[in-house]
Amino acid sequence: MAIWLTENSKIIVQGMTGGEGTKHTRRMLAAGVKVVGGVNARKAGITHEGLPVFGTVQEAMEQTGADVSVVFVPPAATKAAVREAIDAEIPLCVVITEGVPVHDTTEFWAYAVSKGNKTRIIGPNCPGIASPGASNAGIIPADITTKGRVGLVSKSGTLTYQLMYELRDIGFSTCVGIGGDPVIGTTHIDALQAFQEDPETDAIVMIGEIGGDAEERAAAYIDEHVTKPVVAYVAGFTAPEGKTMGHAGAIVSGSAGTAQAKKEALEKVGVRVGRTPSETARLMRDLMSA
Amino acid sequence: MDLFEHQAKELFAEYGIPVPRGIVAETPEEARAAAEQLTGRVVVKAQVKTGGRGKAGGVKVADDAADAYAKATQILGMDIKGHTVHKVLIEEASQIAEEYYFSFLLDRANRSFLAICSASGGMDIEEVAHTAPEKVAKVPVSSLTGIDRATAREIAVAGGLPQQALDGAAELIEKLWAVFVDEDATLVEVNPMILSADGQVKALDGKVTLDDNANFRQAEHTAYVDKAAEDPLEARAKEKHLNYVKLDGNVGIIGNGAGLVMSTLDVVAYAGEEFPGQPKPANFLDIGGGASAEVMANGLEIILSDPSVKSVFVNVFGGITACDAVANGIVSAFDLLRSRGEEVTHPLVVRLDGNNAALGRQILADAALPRVELVDTMDEAAKRAAELAAVGA
Repeated sequence: MAIWLTENSKIIVQGMTGGEGTKHTRRMLAAGVKVVGGVNARKAGITHEGLPVFGTVQEAMEQTGADVSVVFVPPAATKAAVREAIDAEIPLCVVITEGVPVHDTTEFWAYAVSKGNKTRIIGPNCPGIASPGASNAGIIPADITTKGRVGLVSKSGTLTYQLMYELRDIGFSTCVGIGGDPVIGTTHIDALQAFQEDPETDAIVMIGEIGGDAEERAAAYIDEHVTKPVVAYVAGFTAPEGKTMGHAGAIVSGSAGTAQAKKEALEKVGVRVGRTPSETARLMRDLMSA
Repeated sequence: MDLFEHQAKELFAEYGIPVPRGIVAETPEEARAAAEQLTGRVVVKAQVKTGGRGKAGGVKVADDAADAYAKATQILGMDIKGHTVHKVLIEEASQIAEEYYFSFLLDRANRSFLAICSASGGMDIEEVAHTAPEKVAKVPVSSLTGIDRATAREIAVAGGLPQQALDGAAELIEKLWAVFVDEDATLVEVNPMILSADGQVKALDGKVTLDDNANFRQAEHTAYVDKAAEDPLEARAKEKHLNYVKLDGNVGIIGNGAGLVMSTLDVVAYAGEEFPGQPKPANFLDIGGGASAEVMANGLEIILSDPSVKSVFVNVFGGITACDAVANGIVSAFDLLRSRGEEVTHPLVVRLDGNNAALGRQILADAALPRVELVDTMDEAAKRAAELAAVGA
């Protein structure tokens, strides 16, 4: 079954005709993913990569039955693209775009809330979501892991890949990259809840990094609601205060947002936290083979 | 990007927010001239992007121009929490009746904005919020509805501001919201916001953080960049569009993806604990998903020009860009550097994993680049890079 993305998911790509959109549409198609069309108001009616291009998300959904949108438009156009997806009430909108102003993200999130949260937003600045063996929406490599029973949620793209690869023999139900921006749609907690409820997920890997307090809040949530075992990794123990480390949201401000505080919060509720990505993979491997 | 106080106040003034008259000075002579121009008592304020200036002795009242010269002499060059004072703001002294606190900020947890207002201003607001939380009003603000004069007034009332300050505070808060939204700020803080003896509400201090992601539509924000404080290597990296942060260790780091690079820094620091001198990461450098030869060459060039670097750890996970392409990138980067007249004399530890890792490793082995060592796992590679840095390579 996996979470949020299954073999029945039909995907459209907003910004499909652009460079990144084209590259990843081609890649998703090659991996056997059901990409059914693209959206570009100025290129409606053309065929691109063998797929129809529609003028709006609404029209694409009506014509193809799409229920997932992946957004590759540039930062300046992202707010409008996501609002359009929300207006069309598409169930899942995965925003890959990096560099979206935080005022824009905050606004489209408020807009989604005002419309009753009918659209689940993942990202921005994220690699997307992959349910190995079923579907893949975004830029996560399709062939580095296999289908299995571990769920993964992560702020970081390459650390997601690293863990997917190290545990490729065990395999994953769904891997969700929630993104490294200070404001994001889907959170660690949303994914933890979905994995807890998913009958095809037995254990969860959670990857966090410096900045904000999402990991601390996730720890509190795990304590209250998650009975499946969780293994975690936190990046950025050696990051200096006040410097943004690559991801717009990865910054230690004063004593807030440190990796140490996140690790302690997670360990306090019984989550095993790996010192390195490989040690984290080992912890999960031990757990699954026990 | 954080602004200096004087930049924040210049921005406030553009939005019609009352601020004291002030002039920036970089020398005691300029400070004296500024005080002469302003006349009367002035305040000499260190311009540093950190809090606690007052306690550190970075803010002093001067009675006249000669005194301003003396105070500026004391403050310029001072070190405040690792920040050297290169300029001071000479400002007319204000007649303060009361001090309040106000800020708009990004509330990450609630994915929204927050207005914070308190009648207990002038001190550390986190301290007030801790000892007397009832004195600090935290009001959520939706980006869909924003702030108008009426909601601004409600916030001032919630913060416990007295009747005689409400009109002035409401006007100031409404204008601060305009700064916050129109300038793509993630923090606009006024501490203290004062009620002056003549009944005016003014911004006596100003702290503004701008969202770098919005630079594409905020062209004038580039003028705020503090070139003097920029690390020269960081500045060069920025010119080449590299995501680089200078750190104080001696193991150069190159990786792909922000999370993986952050993780690499940690793993190298842990590994370094085992070796003499405790080698640490010298930098953060994320070359992104593509890892092309040119980006790899530019990255290596920056790292190798850092005199503290003793060894380099290239940590790449091949995802969309497979390892063979990355390996070819490294080989071409060496060629490119050679063509620029630079030889790689530092040891390079390379870990390639993920898609086509075996092929990538083969390409590097065949190329037999001088001083390049291949190590299979991230943890072992980090250890080797730290070891090489420890022996001085």
